[in-house]
Amino acid sequence: MAGPTIDPLGQFRLMTGLGPLGHAVNFTNSNEAMLASAVIIVLLFAIGLRGGALVPGRIQALVELLYEFVHGMCLDAIGAEGRKFFPLVFTIFSFILLGNLIGLFPYFFAFTSHIAVTLTLAMFVFLFSTGVGFYTHGFRFFKFFVPAGVPVWLLPLLVPIEIISYLSRPVSLSVRLFANMTAGHVMWEVFAGFMLLLTASLGVVGAVAAVIPLGLNVALAALELLVAGLQAYVFAILTCLYLHDAVHMH
Amino acid sequence: MDPQSAALLAKDIGAGLATIGVAGAGVGIGNLFGSFVSSVGRNPAARDAMFRDVLLGFALTEAVALYALVIALVILFT
Repeated sequence: MAGPTIDPLGQFRLMTGLGPLGHAVNFTNSNEAMLASAVIIVLLFAIGLRGGALVPGRIQALVELLYEFVHGMCLDAIGAEGRKFFPLVFTIFSFILLGNLIGLFPYFFAFTSHIAVTLTLAMFVFLFSTGVGFYTHGFRFFKFFVPAGVPVWLLPLLVPIEIISYLSRPVSLSVRLFANMTAGHVMWEVFAGFMLLLTASLGVVGAVAAVIPLGLNVALAALELLVAGLQAYVFAILTCLYLHDAVHMH
Repeated sequence: MDPQSAALLAKDIGAGLATIGVAGAGVGIGNLFGSFVSSVGRNPAARDAMFRDVLLGFALTEAVALYALVIALVILFT
């Protein structure tokens, strides 16, 4: 068909920035977004904690809100030993949250929309929690796959199922974040493509009718904002739950 | 029909079929929020304590819909 076509997945292409130096080390827009996310978090905390007032100002209040939220989540989900894992969970939560939020702006890049990035994060969480399990319990960690109160004849069926569901944790963790981000951005692109198609094929009438996909895009922006925060929260709380399993083994 | 256009046709049909899987998530999420609303009706004081688990349940259920969507996209674009 003539006229503009919809290319929903082209927005996820990686392009190297910073001229020939960037091309040499393959510094892509994904790396830029990750750097921006890390720098923003560090700056936010540096500025927010500078005063240290008893009655906090706005930035300090925001920083304390984030800290208390993740701290409470760690202690609730992991128990008393949760304090040891708080820096890890906070880093994961804030990195993914800012990554998702940065991707909401036009012409910016959501680095969490690449399965490579989310799979790395999820594999790290999986390997770390398995390592914590083995470190805390030794080889008795394998008893995690044998739930309590199960009749013996059921075990040959149940233990492989438990092992497979444990091994599917990094897959589900990574695909959940990746698919949420990708689906949101693809829907944006498709509706924006509808606007262009309407205008190109119907002229002025199309331009007026294109307000409908525009309204849908605005509503989608609200949904994407919710999803950005929610997916960061879900990744963090699942990290806490996997650490709870590793530490407490039930 | 030559193999190229047969492959494109099969891709489109396969992606359409794979998208049927998101219906299950609609049922699950509606079920979850329905039971949340009715339990808040019985015990309004428990709302804030329960809401975090509702959000967690929503995200976990939504993930299954998105697995189906990912497979549809993989079928359509590779």
